[in-house]
Amino acid sequence: MTSRQKLISGPGILLVWLYGVMVVGAVSRSAYQISTEFDRAPLAYSLSALAGLVYGFITYTLVRGGERARRAAVVCCAAELLGVLVVGAWTLADPGAFPDATVWSDFGMGYLFIPVLLPVTALYWLVRGRAADRQAVAA
Amino acid sequence: MLVALTVATAVAALLLAAWCGWAAWRDQPTKDWHFIGMGVVALMATAQLVVGIVQLARGERPGQDSVIFVAYLLGAFACVPVAGFMSLAERTRWGSLTVAAGGFVLAVLQVRLYDIWGA
Repeated sequence: MTSRQKLISGPGILLVWLYGVMVVGAVSRSAYQISTEFDRAPLAYSLSALAGLVYGFITYTLVRGGERARRAAVVCCAAELLGVLVVGAWTLADPGAFPDATVWSDFGMGYLFIPVLLPVTALYWLVRGRAADRQAVAA
Repeated sequence: MLVALTVATAVAALLLAAWCGWAAWRDQPTKDWHFIGMGVVALMATAQLVVGIVQLARGERPGQDSVIFVAYLLGAFACVPVAGFMSLAERTRWGSLTVAAGGFVLAVLQVRLYDIWGA
């Protein structure tokens, strides 16, 4: 095995595209909000910035490829899913803490629920990738 | 002018999404004709970027902040070309589906641009 296992072939390319869109969306949105009106909703804007960082790292691991990157991506996607679920539930349970929306508000409703669907799809793809890899080694 | 261009680009982006989605459905990669279609849509987004900047320079102001307006214009400008290059790297149905997703994202950006300019 000389070349790194590719994570962006087949359906992976669509995942990279969607994660890339989320990186641009979350990072530019939080950068603008933090620089202009941070005091209005510091918690919401910080969470959006955190989401942007996580999306950025996952995009990087997918493009890089290889087993270590795949494992790192699995961990981050799980953290991302947890983040969407916790922040989503938090925004519904205590709207007062969020004067303005985050990327993960209401489970990502403002982004067509892509934030909650994406990590599930990505985890499926990454775990399946490992299974296929093991079969290839055994064969 | 800008509103008409926004509506036209949104419709063209959705047509592109449907067309490339159809190619993905039939298990085909993006072909020359698809790239011509992407070129047309990308050209419309470019025209929109130019018109938007000209209108700003003339002193017209969007309903929301100008920075947000320009950021969305740039996002719309880059959207389809980036998806197109990714479909060049992935010569399967998944490349077609990526362009379809790109067209859909562009249509969403157009809706947001409409709100930002008019609100």
